[in-house]
Amino acid sequence: MEFVIEDLAVARGGVCVLEGVRLALSPGQAVILRGANGIGKTTLLRTLAGLQPALRGTITAPPESIAYGAHADGLKSVLTVEENLAFWAAIHGTSGIEPALVRMNLADLRDRRAANLSAGQKRRLGLARLLVSGRPYWLLDEPTVSLDTASVALFADVLRDHLAAGGAALIATHIDLGLPEARVLDLSPFKARGGVIASRGFDEAFL
Amino acid sequence: MIALLIRDLRLALRAGGGFGLGLAFFLLVAVLVPLGVGPEGTTLAKIAPGVLWVGALLACLLSLDRIFALDFEDGTLDLLATAPIPLEGVVAIKAFAHWLVTGLPLVLAAPVLGVLLHLPQAGYGWLVLSLLLGTPGLSAIGAFGAALTVGLKRGGLLLSLLVLPLYVPTLIFGAEVVKRGAAGMAVEVPLLLLAGITLGAQAALPFASALALRINLR
Repeated sequence: MEFVIEDLAVARGGVCVLEGVRLALSPGQAVILRGANGIGKTTLLRTLAGLQPALRGTITAPPESIAYGAHADGLKSVLTVEENLAFWAAIHGTSGIEPALVRMNLADLRDRRAANLSAGQKRRLGLARLLVSGRPYWLLDEPTVSLDTASVALFADVLRDHLAAGGAALIATHIDLGLPEARVLDLSPFKARGGVIASRGFDEAFL
Repeated sequence: MIALLIRDLRLALRAGGGFGLGLAFFLLVAVLVPLGVGPEGTTLAKIAPGVLWVGALLACLLSLDRIFALDFEDGTLDLLATAPIPLEGVVAIKAFAHWLVTGLPLVLAAPVLGVLLHLPQAGYGWLVLSLLLGTPGLSAIGAFGAALTVGLKRGGLLLSLLVLPLYVPTLIFGAEVVKRGAAGMAVEVPLLLLAGITLGAQAALPFASALALRINLR
């Protein structure tokens, strides 16, 4: 089962930012998205995750196969590490958060409230959510923000295992993850020319 | 789904969840009205059904903006939208959780506050029953308003403006049930209409709310 994008155009704030994006992602592959700030990496990932509609083009993916890792980790500060992770496991219908806790080096922090975690620890917890989602296609938006070098290496290991287990990942990142096998997709050739105004914008006079 | 309900209840009960805020507000309204209107039992008994219902409605309104705003801010809503449970179900569960922590305590506290307002004895049963039937509808309608205003800064005020007019039918029929019940008249018609509004809101609004959320997440 492949993840295929054909002739995709995506818009942000009513303005088309990327057009003609083509990509095929097979199990075991990783693709790194590159491009200047504001080129539309996050918009592309949100569109692929199904959070916003595409202007044109098709996205073909197996049903219920995408796990989206956003800028925000979706953590509840008054819940403990274990409770946060167990919630996402229950939502995704998987069991056993133990391996994910151990894998992301969070086992010692399990009873700590998320409010008391450092930024890097929060991010590790956010990434552990991907492991308990049990989904093969990871769409990651700057996954290494606020991680130290040891944690980046840890995450690269997790990613490598995920790929070896038949998963795939599409990652927007600026730093080198240490994944030589990953393909790099430069988004600059797909930049929309002329800033076509999309017709779907809302007129929000009162807001 | 059950995990979401448990999580929402846990969040409401822990520090900063705002649990009890609505109940305290309801209590204050019921205490302040006799102070303002005066202690005459007959006057209070006459206005008690209306005051209790308006109080319950405003107390319900207080915590509405928290239904989705907190989840929107920390990114949980994005992740729930991509999770395997339908967004309509998420909305329905969150409205139910809101009712459990806001509406249900109001229902339970209302008879005690009825004493403060000299509610005639015959009215107590109808007060509890009408609130029990009406408040789930308030939570469902409120969740719709919260979904519409979720991305907005200071959406709380706009939320009140949107939701209060939608609360009018529930208020009219709810207060009417108590008024008639207290006077010993037949209550079937307003009671059935009240139940109808609640059931209709529960059935239809989660779909509208989910659509509003999807648009706001874009």
